[in-house]
Amino acid sequence: MYSLSTDPIDLSALIAAVRDPKAGATVTFLGLTRNHNNGRAVTLLEYEAYPGMAEQEMERIGIEASRRWPIHKIAVVHRTGPVPVGEASVAIAVSAAHRKEAFAACQFVIDRLKETVPIWKKEYFLGGDVWIEHQSCCTKAEA
Amino acid sequence: MVVRVRFFAMLRERAGRADVVWDVEPGETVGGLWAALCSAFPSLGEAELQVAFAVNREYVDRLCHLNDNDEVAIIPPVSGGVSACIPSAPTRSTCPR
Repeated sequence: MYSLSTDPIDLSALIAAVRDPKAGATVTFLGLTRNHNNGRAVTLLEYEAYPGMAEQEMERIGIEASRRWPIHKIAVVHRTGPVPVGEASVAIAVSAAHRKEAFAACQFVIDRLKETVPIWKKEYFLGGDVWIEHQSCCTKAEA
Repeated sequence: MVVRVRFFAMLRERAGRADVVWDVEPGETVGGLWAALCSAFPSLGEAELQVAFAVNREYVDRLCHLNDNDEVAIIPPVSGGVSACIPSAPTRSTCPR
């Protein structure tokens, strides 16, 4: 299950989607709107996606995770539109026989998702708004 | 021939529109199209942005040749990274059909 949603994320639906009788562990991750960033008081994050390609890239990451670790199922949902402080913008669930690979795969999926999935984030804060670009990426690539 | 270009996020705001149907010569590359768009919409090129490109929903590099009715997406830096900066980012130099 790889999807975009304008509605609040239902984590229990993701957990159900990765249920497998062979699984001894399910690891979940929620990415939330935080009330501060770089010294700014954040009031809201707004996400924009490239529908069709975003889900396809999420699935590609899931397939890569399945190649690297012996996991059973993965589910990823990303919200689009406004996401208020405290609410989840992204949720990931991974089931596996054992917790170690479930944790590793879950971390891989969220790290890679932020690098390659065509989803953009606009931060609204007290005093303005800004599209978030992670400049640190370029620095790392050159290092 | 024509391609449909889609703008997202800050590029959509800079262009003042979400998409445009654009005439291109046969054999035109994604990089050539981008240069033409930056001339037509000067605000697109303001301030350096590391953009990436997708054709028919697959990442491609600038040398990719366009085909009639391709959907070209100009991908500004994504929320947690910059596709164009990541050496391992999946790109293709032949256009996906």
